[in-house]
Amino acid sequence: MTAAVVAFYFFSAVAVLSGFLVITARNPVHSVLWLILAFFAAAGLFVLLGAEFLAMIMLIVYVGAVAVLFLFVVMMLDVDFAALKAGMSRFIPVGVLFGLVLLGILYLAFSDWQASEEVLALRGVVAPPPEQVENTVALGTVLYSRYIFVFQMSGIILLVAMVGAIVLTLRHREGVKRQDVLKQMYRDPKQAVSLKDVKPGQGL
Amino acid sequence: MISHDLSVVAPEVALAVYAMAALMWGVFTKPGEADRTIVYVTAGVLAVVGLWIAAGEAGTRFAFHGSFVDDGFSRFAKVLILFGAAATLAMAESYLSKTGLLKFEFPVLITLASVGMMTMVSANDLIVLYMGLELTSLSSYVVAAFRRDSARATEAGLKYFMLGALASGLLLYGASLTYGFTGTTLFEGIASVVDQPEPISLGLLFGLVFLVAGIAFKVSAVPFHMWTPDVYEGSPTPVTAFFSTAPKVAAAAMLARLLLDAFAGAVADWQQILAFLSVASMFLGAVAAIGQRNIKRLMAYSSITHMGFVLMGLAAGTEAGATALLIYLTIYVVMNVGVFAFILNMEKDGKPVTDIAALGLYSRREPGRAAALAVLMFSLAGVPPLVGFFGKFYVLVAAVDAGLVWLAVAGVIAAVIAAFYYLRIVYLMYFAEPTEALDGRMPALHGAFLAGSALLMIFGIVNLFGIDGAAATAAAALVR
Repeated sequence: MTAAVVAFYFFSAVAVLSGFLVITARNPVHSVLWLILAFFAAAGLFVLLGAEFLAMIMLIVYVGAVAVLFLFVVMMLDVDFAALKAGMSRFIPVGVLFGLVLLGILYLAFSDWQASEEVLALRGVVAPPPEQVENTVALGTVLYSRYIFVFQMSGIILLVAMVGAIVLTLRHREGVKRQDVLKQMYRDPKQAVSLKDVKPGQGL
Repeated sequence: MISHDLSVVAPEVALAVYAMAALMWGVFTKPGEADRTIVYVTAGVLAVVGLWIAAGEAGTRFAFHGSFVDDGFSRFAKVLILFGAAATLAMAESYLSKTGLLKFEFPVLITLASVGMMTMVSANDLIVLYMGLELTSLSSYVVAAFRRDSARATEAGLKYFMLGALASGLLLYGASLTYGFTGTTLFEGIASVVDQPEPISLGLLFGLVFLVAGIAFKVSAVPFHMWTPDVYEGSPTPVTAFFSTAPKVAAAAMLARLLLDAFAGAVADWQQILAFLSVASMFLGAVAAIGQRNIKRLMAYSSITHMGFVLMGLAAGTEAGATALLIYLTIYVVMNVGVFAFILNMEKDGKPVTDIAALGLYSRREPGRAAALAVLMFSLAGVPPLVGFFGKFYVLVAAVDAGLVWLAVAGVIAAVIAAFYYLRIVYLMYFAEPTEALDGRMPALHGAFLAGSALLMIFGIVNLFGIDGAAATAAAALVR
């Protein structure tokens, strides 16, 4: 058994086990933590496949952003997880059905799959041969040279999403006091504070 | 290399940069100060870019490894899109000001939608096609819900968004199947696989069907039309005017390029799909509009019928069919600009009115406007000798020449049914009992668009202003 095989079985076992614990853990915070462990194990599997870029993205995006967001949601929103869990036994048959369908699809994907003869040649036009470059380099060259136009277009699409969110939801309320930093900085103590000499027993 | 690529996409880049500049302009001036100016400047910029493309050099140029193409066909569609967008934007200002909806983001979103539509018609790659489509759709969802305090507009926006996302999903599924079975997203590569003598594989056929279904949603062809009446009714009227012009041109032209370029070798496979979409759209649009009393819903069903005719030209699958499609779209956009110039000013005591019953004996009060609308309605119905008839004529001839006689006959029957509700508006204006008065004052610009559109429909019968020749040249660039 080589080191790679040992690592594969280790990561797979961790992924399956932590995935199982995500849905069975009583405490929702623990569920999210198990989910993070599952992501780590998946990232390890990606490294074994030679997809180091995907592994890092997995850690940065899923662990760094998505899982932390989950954690915030779980801790900040008052969701009654006990009530959600109560119906679990009723939904198990549906869940099993989905699992079986997925298994069938995987079977199809790896067994009876035919593509036209030209497909591999046409596919090779876009991507550099995998033996020669690491996939981070390959992705970078494809994304920023060949598909630069599409890349920039997606930037504009995100701009539209941002403008749209502001247009549809931002409301300017009247009479709200806002902080004016410059005004605060240029506030002059000589004008703001005046000293009065108050004589005892007289008042102002 | 990159400088050549940039010179090909220069109009799109210029518009995108302008949109960002306009955004900054709006943000860094006092709220509400520059809104009106930005709307008119944007309309001007769109029109100028349209002229720039129209005056551009002839020939076919590719950019970004063949994923973006600038040819006669895309230029024709782009000019039409830009003029349509500019006209509807210029008309939008007075309505938006009156209803308190005027914000500088509106022209910015319309500009970015135009960039998306220009990308759609120039797309020579499934990824570029999808990006253009999404840019257009996202901008459209936002402007559909622009009247955010109205439940109906929000519903329209949300409905449009949900169904649009579903259609995008269908399209993407089709695109990924196509990629899986051809190994490329470039139209050129897809064509090289489709052109093989043996029939296309079952997987590729599924990909084709899903792609067509996704785009059929965007052109609101039956059975993917459900969103159209609700969105047309719920959106602010200038947005409805925009939806019924430029995006329709973009989606139809994009579908034409996809089918006549990438899938040109499989005409027999997609012809029946398009023929079905065409017949279903023409009949449903014609029959369902009969019961409508709301003029915006009426125009929605009218656009469904018209898209049926456009798809009939495409179903022919020939160069004559593509020419007919472009001519039809041009005439349709001009007519719709005129009709919406009228609808934008249907109001009573400052409130917009959409019930067609309010038009009772309108000719007594405003003979000029009523006459212009009557001409446009006759033209929309396709009554000879007005220009609207020639649009239908070219499409029907293309269908007959391609051997689709039954489709052409169905088209004529649907056109006769559809004529009923167009002519009912004319009847209401000239012969019905007078009803409560519409008292909207029409801005000079709207009057110019209404009168201009009606006059074009009358004087175009001489030679269609040479549109047919330009469309034939454009179609020749597309069809191999």
